[in-house]
Amino acid sequence: MSAETRFGRMKDLPSTHLLGTGTAMCAGCGGLEALHEIYDVLGARSVFVNAAGCMTLLSVYPFTPFRGSWLYTSMASAPAGAQGVRDALDLLLARGALPPEEDLQVVTLTGDGAAYGMGLSATSSAIERGLDFLYICYDNEGYGNTGQQTSAATPHGARTATAVGGHVGWKKDLFAIWCAHRPAYAATVIGAEPLDLARKIEKAMKLKGPRLILALAPCPTGWGYEPRDTVEVGRLAVKSGVFPLKEYEDGRVTHTKPPHPRAPVKDYLRLQGRFAHLFEPKRDEATIAEIQAAVDRYWEGAG
Amino acid sequence: MLKQTEGSHAVAEAVALCRPEVICAYPISPQTHIVEGLGELVKSGQLQNCEFINVESEFAAMSVAIGASAGGARAYTSTASQGLLFMAEAVYNASGLGLPIVMTLANRAIGAPINIWNDHTDAMSVRDSGWIQLFAETNQEAADLHIQAFRLAEELSIPVMVCMDGFILTHAYERLDIPTQEQVDAYLPPYEPRQVLDPREPVSIGAMVGPEAFMEVRYLAHAKQLQALERIPQLAAEFRTIFGRDSGGLLHTYRCEDAETIVVALGSVLGTVKDTVDEMRDQGVKIGVLGLTSFRPFPLAGVREALQNAQRVVVLEKALAVGIGGIVSTNVRMALSGIHLHGYTVVGGLGGRAITRKALHHHLGLAIEDKLEPVSFLDLNHEVVERELAREREKRRSGPMAENILRDIGVVAAKIS
Repeated sequence: MSAETRFGRMKDLPSTHLLGTGTAMCAGCGGLEALHEIYDVLGARSVFVNAAGCMTLLSVYPFTPFRGSWLYTSMASAPAGAQGVRDALDLLLARGALPPEEDLQVVTLTGDGAAYGMGLSATSSAIERGLDFLYICYDNEGYGNTGQQTSAATPHGARTATAVGGHVGWKKDLFAIWCAHRPAYAATVIGAEPLDLARKIEKAMKLKGPRLILALAPCPTGWGYEPRDTVEVGRLAVKSGVFPLKEYEDGRVTHTKPPHPRAPVKDYLRLQGRFAHLFEPKRDEATIAEIQAAVDRYWEGAG
Repeated sequence: MLKQTEGSHAVAEAVALCRPEVICAYPISPQTHIVEGLGELVKSGQLQNCEFINVESEFAAMSVAIGASAGGARAYTSTASQGLLFMAEAVYNASGLGLPIVMTLANRAIGAPINIWNDHTDAMSVRDSGWIQLFAETNQEAADLHIQAFRLAEELSIPVMVCMDGFILTHAYERLDIPTQEQVDAYLPPYEPRQVLDPREPVSIGAMVGPEAFMEVRYLAHAKQLQALERIPQLAAEFRTIFGRDSGGLLHTYRCEDAETIVVALGSVLGTVKDTVDEMRDQGVKIGVLGLTSFRPFPLAGVREALQNAQRVVVLEKALAVGIGGIVSTNVRMALSGIHLHGYTVVGGLGGRAITRKALHHHLGLAIEDKLEPVSFLDLNHEVVERELAREREKRRSGPMAENILRDIGVVAAKIS
């Protein structure tokens, strides 16, 4: 491994378990899994500005799993709230009231509902202003907190509470939207690949400016699988090529864990209740083939 | 220092003297000159240690202000009309969280139809959000109220909205007394937040609260407004000792001694109302004026005291509670519980329609004879309204109402007369 990272192998990963336990997240939450891993690398010198979503329920008075401060502004404006917090910290630094070594990472924590939809304007504008913040999206591909309705992150064919026959649209490419803004950094991660995740957080923390961490968040409740299978579902998302692990830096996108060979997407789909209608009672070969073709096209383009 | 200046620029200067640390700017008429003025003051170095942020929307403006205020910075923004509606969720959050943000509202109508001119519909739409709402009668008062607003907001840890009539005040040039930095510094101490995202003592701000505590939190907002009822007159008195003039306070009476009829109003229209009342007094009519500076908190006791010896009250409103009539008059009636006097609501000035002395004389004349309708509309063209209603009876696809009316009256541009 490159000398740039302190995470050469699994044993190098921190086992501090900095994020407190006993939160209201569902058993097997892939978003929480990713957040635990992210927080261990990020550390306690951070302040979170939360958009409405599952993880708004992490902080319920008088409890919080975070070591640092936490603020909720509104669902669609978390990056704007983060802007205000960053500005306030900058004023403290300028006044000498906060030593530079005690400065905080300002983090926006959002689900895909806010990130891909109503929060996009606030996000785009924060990136455009060059806001120095880490933007973490736990993407469980639907409005999980309200019972898994369709969001702009819902993949083709997935059944949701508002697309009972399966979603006819295609998942929006948030990573590409971020890259189009030329941010300081953008990366996709998944809790099931902790080493890749840790290296990306490590890299993001060394940079200043807008930085995206887009975490696919396998969701037992919304996707319809047993909580114990979260890691397996996550690994297959990567192995099948459905969720490419990659990063953007200096205008270039690099795949950090390209799957060789790729597992068929049906192996990934089959594990999940939200795709069950593609297999039972009658196999929907056309839709499965469409999804496979989209993944194949992506990787052909990715070179 | 006396100078000839625009209302908006005077407000920008007054706000700058309050040493705001984060200013969120988003353009919307008629408040734009205020944030432009502040931008110039930051750029020129007259206002230092201040982050001037150009945001993408009013919703973001208030959200940045929330983040900044929670981070311990003195935060300010300014908006009007649809801008206030777009930030409505954040407006409630700012007050619900108890963050002492100060915002100027350059009062403007709310569409549709689109209209950039003055009325009070925007302010009235968030009257129950938990913000303190102060209405300026003049540009001098608009400037002065901002200085009092920061002090009041930070003492009580609730946000304050200073309302000033769009265009009528914001764009009017007149001679104003701009305070000195020493005066403002003597009046307004540095911001000491009640809650802050302190790196050393972390807190959670804005987490979910269930039925077990929500009512108490919400009641506290009310309790703080009741405290403001006490503090607003005290702060106005203190302002007078430092700055040497009367500005602010809860309410003001004008020629109300022995008045049988009292007109209640807010904002810049009070000037026209007072002129009209002077003319009526010259004719021997016993009439006075009650001007409300503080609409939230609503000074129930003060209004009651001012009105209780009158025979009738006429509330002149620059907003329409569609489907009932008056908003201010409903509040005035709460102050008059158990007192029997004739109450009239006169809605006027919507979308910038000029409120003239002539029209006021007409309506107040009818009121004095108790011949005025309970809810009436100043200078409403009933004929045009009837024609449109007739069109709608005759034809299903009668078309856009606003265009029909403009065709009927034969103008295609705003007409002020």
